[in-house]
Amino acid sequence: MTAILDVRDLVTVFHTDAGPVRAVDGVSFTVGAGETLGIVGESGSGKSVTAQSIMRLLDPPARIEGGQVLFQGRDVLAMTTRELTDWRGAGAAMVFQDSLTGLNPVLTILRQVSEHVVAHGRMDIAGARRHGIELLRSMGVASPERAATSFPHQFSGGMRQRVMLAIGMANDPVLLIADEPTTALDVTVQAQILDLMAGLNQKHGTAIVLISHDLGVIGSLCRRIAVMYAGEVVETGPTAEVLDDPRHPYAWALAHAVPRLDAPLAARLPGVEGMPPDPLAMPRGCRFAPRCRFRIARCEAEHPPLAEIGPGRAVRCWVTMDGGRLPSPALPAAAAAPRAADTEPPLLEAEGLVKTFRLPRKGIFAPHETVHAVNGVSLHLMRGESLGIVGESGCGKSTLARLITRLHAPDAGSIRFQGKDITALGGEALRALRLQMQMVFQDPYASLNPRMRVDQILLEPLLVHGHAKPQERVAALLDMVGLNPAWGTRFPHEFSGGQRQRISIARALALNPALIVADEPVSALDVNVQAQVLNLMLELRERLGLSYLFIAHDLAVVRAFCDRVAVMYLGRLVEEASAAELFARPAHPYTVSLLSAVPEPGRSRIILHGEPPSSLRQLQGCAFRQRCPVARPVCAESPPLIEVAAGHSVLCHAPWSLQRA
Amino acid sequence: MPSYIALRLVSAVVMALLASLVIFLISHFVPGDPVLAQLGDILASDPAVVAEWRAKWGLDLPLWERYGIFLSGLLHGDLGTSIATRRPVLEDIVQFAPATVELATISFVMALALGIPLGIAAAVRRDSWVDAVARVVSLVGVSAPTFWLAFIMLAVFYGWLGWAPGPGRVDPIAFPPEGPTGFLLIDTALIADWEGFADALAHLILPAIVLAAATLGLITRTTRAAMLDCLQQDYVRVARAKGLMERVVILRHALRNALVPVVTLGGLAYANLLTGAVMTETIFAWPGLGRYTFRSAAALDFPAIMGITLVVSATYLLVNLLVDISYAVLDPRVRR
Amino acid sequence: MSASLAAPPSRMRRRWRRYGLAWLGGGIVMAWFLVAALAPWIAPYPPNAVDVTQRLLSPSPAHWLGTDILGRDVFSRLLHGARISLLAGFTVVLLGAAFGTAIGILAAWLRGWGEEALMRLTDLVLCFPPIILALALAAALGIGTTNTVIAMLVVWWPKYARLARSLALVQRSQEYVEAATVLGLPQRRILFRHILPNTFGPIAVLCTLDLGIAILTFAGLSFLGLGVVPPMAEWGSMVSEGRELVEQWWIATFPGLAILTVVIGFNFVGDGLRDWLDPKAQR
Repeated sequence: MTAILDVRDLVTVFHTDAGPVRAVDGVSFTVGAGETLGIVGESGSGKSVTAQSIMRLLDPPARIEGGQVLFQGRDVLAMTTRELTDWRGAGAAMVFQDSLTGLNPVLTILRQVSEHVVAHGRMDIAGARRHGIELLRSMGVASPERAATSFPHQFSGGMRQRVMLAIGMANDPVLLIADEPTTALDVTVQAQILDLMAGLNQKHGTAIVLISHDLGVIGSLCRRIAVMYAGEVVETGPTAEVLDDPRHPYAWALAHAVPRLDAPLAARLPGVEGMPPDPLAMPRGCRFAPRCRFRIARCEAEHPPLAEIGPGRAVRCWVTMDGGRLPSPALPAAAAAPRAADTEPPLLEAEGLVKTFRLPRKGIFAPHETVHAVNGVSLHLMRGESLGIVGESGCGKSTLARLITRLHAPDAGSIRFQGKDITALGGEALRALRLQMQMVFQDPYASLNPRMRVDQILLEPLLVHGHAKPQERVAALLDMVGLNPAWGTRFPHEFSGGQRQRISIARALALNPALIVADEPVSALDVNVQAQVLNLMLELRERLGLSYLFIAHDLAVVRAFCDRVAVMYLGRLVEEASAAELFARPAHPYTVSLLSAVPEPGRSRIILHGEPPSSLRQLQGCAFRQRCPVARPVCAESPPLIEVAAGHSVLCHAPWSLQRA
Repeated sequence: MPSYIALRLVSAVVMALLASLVIFLISHFVPGDPVLAQLGDILASDPAVVAEWRAKWGLDLPLWERYGIFLSGLLHGDLGTSIATRRPVLEDIVQFAPATVELATISFVMALALGIPLGIAAAVRRDSWVDAVARVVSLVGVSAPTFWLAFIMLAVFYGWLGWAPGPGRVDPIAFPPEGPTGFLLIDTALIADWEGFADALAHLILPAIVLAAATLGLITRTTRAAMLDCLQQDYVRVARAKGLMERVVILRHALRNALVPVVTLGGLAYANLLTGAVMTETIFAWPGLGRYTFRSAAALDFPAIMGITLVVSATYLLVNLLVDISYAVLDPRVRR
Repeated sequence: MSASLAAPPSRMRRRWRRYGLAWLGGGIVMAWFLVAALAPWIAPYPPNAVDVTQRLLSPSPAHWLGTDILGRDVFSRLLHGARISLLAGFTVVLLGAAFGTAIGILAAWLRGWGEEALMRLTDLVLCFPPIILALALAAALGIGTTNTVIAMLVVWWPKYARLARSLALVQRSQEYVEAATVLGLPQRRILFRHILPNTFGPIAVLCTLDLGIAILTFAGLSFLGLGVVPPMAEWGSMVSEGRELVEQWWIATFPGLAILTVVIGFNFVGDGLRDWLDPKAQR
């Protein structure tokens, strides 16, 4: 196999005000014809900068300062401007993460798909247009003739990513570099796109470099993998081998920190503590040494080279350099959570919750359009329990969280909390409720007031609600979430995403609540940090006897965290069961497809077609029937809620009719 | 898109009505009775005469009825009578408008033709000498008082160097053709009076440059900022990754998007031209609306000022309506 | 595109490039402040001292910037003119910003009909060309500094109302405001402690850039004879007095230069402030 891409000792430096940052520091790898290589790493590891350096797409203050990028033997870094434009988009193409900003909002889709076919002199304009429509069709864009004259904002995220792939494939390139192509997408749509990319690789023999933070995504598409940490490749090898038997402690942590659907459950998620090194002051020795649990004396003194340890495998580690292995993590067994007796009344009970939002009129005579966000949801939560609500974006799960916490008022239905009806509570009574029910939010950057110091943030609710010893409480809270109490005088922007989420949790705990509603609390975090935050939440639950309503889109995270899980689709709960039961014996076809769509190495998937229909219309019958692989005529009628086993209910005419592939 | 335009049209009409109400109210709450001012002291001391005058001008009617009369007068083109010229304000405006429109059009075209390319070049070659020039131009353009710039240009190019002809629209001894358009460049060209054409053009250049300066500064600055923003967008990187020539990337991908905020500026640029015209025409003795405004303001000729405000506000509304529509043409996200 | 291979500018140079002009602008503005504060002490002549024997003198050691048609010392009048210009500019911008911000935030907070009414009122003022409306109002109210400032205020506040409303709407939908609600904080506290401080930055930037525009506008209205009652020294009216005296260029030139420098100064400060507050610029 001859290499079509040979990257040698690539060095890219960002000249920042604080000093030069070597974002890519001596990266080397090769990609053979038709090969698939995955580059994995956390944010800031240099994986995206590597991709953009290869395409020479970086602007100042970034600068390529060393190495070679050989594409079929030609050095890309030595190309003239003219040669570069001829090569880009023809020899090698790139697909970016954010398809909303990546497509030009004022040009038609067809123009964007076909313009570089003309520019590279492959076809005339008319030919390129026909070619463009065919491309859209082959990428699975529905009714491509009509789509061609549309503009990007008229498309969903999944469709836009298909268009991005069409743009990348327009000139049939030898190499396609995809930078986090599915990160912004829902899991069922992600499965579609990954499937499409695998097809391109097989049908056209296009080599693919896939960049992702998600090992599952890489594992399901790529035969080889390179793990990056702090600007360096720390381990490369065949994907299956690296995942099964990681030799670099960082790869080891990454492989074990990701909650997986098929791994046994433990009481805690394994992960690495600490944070990546300061890029302005890299450790002299191994860059991972400060966080490494396997480190030896040599690690802190000498910088390890990337050493060959087997056919196609290399690792940058003093410990495993001569063929040593890393042990499997010893996991504490899952301890049974302290549960309230079933005879006790539920802590929280919601009946038939409905919430609609009116959109502003589109014209003077146009009627108001209504988003049906939550369509009759009933649920209950026992004291000390955690209930997970899973669903794709737009299914109404965040609205549900805000109904429960009474940030929104429901249009219909009732909410009982601690035996008291809180549906129509207002004013002082509602503020008193806040003592008992708190919320943790998704975005660690938006959920803390940037102009308040951390101690002010924590102090504020205590003062407003008249706490006796607020200062002591603040220190205790910071300590409780694993932050140094002396950091109270800092501002939020001085903390990392994970630390901010800890502050958020401390704020929620300030008033000693009984229930915490967590709206996607870890989805904005890197996997390692995710594990740290989830572990903290698990520990707090045991110590404080908290109950959680945990909203998430990531099934594996929910499985690791929750006692009971409810699956939400288009404003309805379609299935609810204990976590163990739901993941072992999913009954609703949507749950089955959702579970199957989670990218994990070596698993075949049920590819669900289409995307969730618009919540602007009230659908008759089963909401899922348009996408359901086993839909039948009876599905046009509203499905019944069937209790298929004790505590396992399904909203479906035919539970268990779809089996996992 | 039609429903978007309909919405804009309806709201523009509503706004025009409200604006006329505002102007009516301003003109009726002027401290100092305009009637008394017109009558003079001796007549004003006789209550019978005053009452007669009030009845004649409808000032004894209730406010809303007077607004009705005012509005119907507007629709018939009645903007009142100027105190200074003792002529209907509309007649004055019609007489002075062509000179200003001619000057403003030339200036606006100059500002666009220079400002947009300069803004693009400055953004593309950031921190180069082009950028430095663009920044100086836009800074001086938006910071220099137009009346002062006009004075300096006249002092240097007419008073000192003698390159430009003096103030006015034509030479004092020339006889410009009367009509049909009132635009001297067109009227002279129509009758093939090339000497007159050259004379008019020569007189036009200096004030046009002065008037263009503020708008040029605004357009250059906005184009540069918008281009810098667009050049950092992902779609520009995608366009480069496609292997498009840099020229195509800039003109087709970045500029198309950067034009949206530039067009949004249209209303502001128009308001700029208006105020600029008042100052420029005053210094250059240009017989247009601007100088008429200055004279009316200096003489506190209230009916004239109100008439000008009405006409100018109406055009301003129209310009903003056009801006909204072209905004929808440029940006498909605005269309519905 | 191939710029990634070009040499990087040094750190010092980039720092200077980013904030050097802002410091320069700050220096200019401070200098004019000092001049305005100390004018009665540093001006060589009283600003309104008429001396017909000394009229239309060109710049000389006795009269650094010459004398005007009534024999008044242009330099002294220029120094005194700084007071009225800065005062008028600051009054208009600060009061306009305060009022406009209050309206905008109120609108964002009220929602529904209150918001609709306030924003339509804002639109109504914005549908006039600002200076023409100010001119009409100033003419209606009569000549004089106070009246002109009032007229300018009427047209000045709407842009702040719009900006403040959109900023407040953005902040309102931020998760930290939801968090504050869930924590049971009183609405008033959320508005004043959380939303308001976070809208401050962009408003401050607009204020700074606006100071230049306000000074320019006031000078323009004075040029038209509305801003000040003669013989008060004011830059715009000084240019107006000298506008036909091309031979005696100093009478109109220097007051105009004074306006230019102040406006440029505020522009530099505003641009610097904007870059400093822009998170994208911090790299």
